[in-house]
Amino acid sequence: MQKNLEKYFRSEKLPHIWCPGCGNGIVLSALVRAFERLKINQDQTVIVSGIGCSSRASGYLDFNTLHTTHGRALAFATGIKVANPELNVFVLMGDGDATAIGGNHLIHAARRNIDLTAIIFNNSIYGMTGGQYSPLTPYQSMTATSPYGTLEPTFDVAELMKAAGATYVARSTTYHASLLSRLIRNGARHKGFSVIEAVTACPVSYGRKNKMGNGYDMLMWQKEHGIPRKKAQRLTPEQMRGKFIIGELHSAEAPEYTESYGRIIEQAQSSL
Amino acid sequence: MNEALPFARLMQGNEAIAEGALVAGVRFFAGYPITPSTEIAEILAKKLPALGGRFIQMEDEIGSMAAVAGASLAGLKSLTATSGPGFALKQENIGFASITEIPCVVVNVQRFGPSTGIPTAPAQGDVMQARWGVSGDHPVIALCPASVQEAYLLTIKAFNFSEKFRTPVIFLTDEVIGHLRERVTLPAPGSIPVVNRKKPPAGLDTYYPYRSDRDGIPPMANFGEGYRYHVTGLVHDEDGFPSTKPEVAAGLMHRLHNKITDHLDEITLSDSLMTEDAEIIVIAYGAVSRSARRAVKEARAQGIKAGLFRPVTIWPFPEKEVRALAGRAGALLVPEMNLGQLKGEVERAAGSAAKVTGLNLVNGELISPGEILSQIKRLKMVNTNAKESRKILS
Repeated sequence: MQKNLEKYFRSEKLPHIWCPGCGNGIVLSALVRAFERLKINQDQTVIVSGIGCSSRASGYLDFNTLHTTHGRALAFATGIKVANPELNVFVLMGDGDATAIGGNHLIHAARRNIDLTAIIFNNSIYGMTGGQYSPLTPYQSMTATSPYGTLEPTFDVAELMKAAGATYVARSTTYHASLLSRLIRNGARHKGFSVIEAVTACPVSYGRKNKMGNGYDMLMWQKEHGIPRKKAQRLTPEQMRGKFIIGELHSAEAPEYTESYGRIIEQAQSSL
Repeated sequence: MNEALPFARLMQGNEAIAEGALVAGVRFFAGYPITPSTEIAEILAKKLPALGGRFIQMEDEIGSMAAVAGASLAGLKSLTATSGPGFALKQENIGFASITEIPCVVVNVQRFGPSTGIPTAPAQGDVMQARWGVSGDHPVIALCPASVQEAYLLTIKAFNFSEKFRTPVIFLTDEVIGHLRERVTLPAPGSIPVVNRKKPPAGLDTYYPYRSDRDGIPPMANFGEGYRYHVTGLVHDEDGFPSTKPEVAAGLMHRLHNKITDHLDEITLSDSLMTEDAEIIVIAYGAVSRSARRAVKEARAQGIKAGLFRPVTIWPFPEKEVRALAGRAGALLVPEMNLGQLKGEVERAAGSAAKVTGLNLVNGELISPGEILSQIKRLKMVNTNAKESRKILS
């Protein structure tokens, strides 16, 4: 590990619990590299996570860390940010955590445009429970609970977030790790609800059943299927079939919730 | 008006809870609209900003309980209010607040259930939900007011308990009290003790967020104050990090229980009326205790030695107190707007020392003084007949 990044970790809690080939460590690395560039104040930063493999990340990071209940990370984070808007709040979630059990909190955090930076580790599967399908599992995938292939279409989480009102939406993969780190950094700087989808690999619970090879093979899959936004503009829909766009997908200005509430407080106090 | 003097106001029960919470120092409320508790949210939405406090209406009951726990961790005294169906949804994160020892107050203005039931009708059907709604063993403090005045003062107490013992406190009231309007005497500002959570000393090399003092309660640092620590709903060691070691799990479970049971004398609140010489003691709580009080007085006027014991703290159940009453009176009558939820606890505490009778009404109406009085009279007759027959037999 680079010396300048060590201070962000609770080194005594490492090594992590993730399987060989798992991409979660790469997402975590992109996150702490973003912290380093942001020169973030660890005392004034809270990292909230849900339940699942990716959500164990909070325990490894030397911040104010809150490992919550399944799907509820954004609701806890909302309470923290509203109570103390001075705190920087990052929210780490898995794909099932964020878009299935936590789907309601996800769309409403986006709608409020509250200043949180949410990172969705999308490994296409419920990894910790042994590989059941999630709302982001590709159609017709083989999983422990879809032995005949999934019948359910997936969310496009970026489109979902854009429609719900998020003002910063981006996507990258663990292959495109430096892009991922830059997007997290930009999301953190953005005032409002930022969501970054990090496409990551679960070779053990997803890749194996879908014949995608090992962790390296799955990284190569990400390389081939994640198409940078500018390049995607030059490709035909036919050429984009089965591929997905990476990069900054949406950015907008809108009133941020805690700032708006701060003005209500000011008005109420000045009319006393 | 001289602000320093106590003054009286006509207040609704839900309003008294909101006002009491403000006196206790509440600065955060998250909730979701539900009858018959909504006035609490509406009042706090209006009043919190002027105090620098914050209100948020969340997307659901689950999220509001999560936001309350988050806000408390960030340092604000936090409240939510709901009714039975919402209380069911909140259980997940009440359990989280319980194992992570996050102070907060959860008001349940009970209505007729199960499910949507009769939203505008009172009930006491959530007594056991308040005790066992959360998964796993856990300690609970649940308080139950019988008047608007008491709702006001007891809300402050609820916050004090939650801050002192680092636990969610359930404020278990009912639709009758919530919507009742009564005269409330507001004590002079500053005359009511307000407890704030115990903080760790500044400058510790290592802060152990779950290492308790001798009272069983660990000092609590707020997020953002400089002690960076981990909070998890997993079983955790004193350092806050997950552990599956049997001794760590057992240690945590026992400490969580003991921090409440070691302070029963302080936590157990109750009220008694003419129980000293009573042959028949009515044990009633919440709105029903008001009818019971009237019935007991009328029974006395008719020459029946009746008394009333009113648990204010219903969880932990006042076992010692009920056992003592059972030793004194031959008959205990437990009227409830449910099918006997607290009666079972009374029976357990009384053992064979007294005969326990329930009076259970589940039609969405408050039990009347007349109904309780006729039960008292019936029990008196049974007692007298039993004495007569003992006389004849001997």
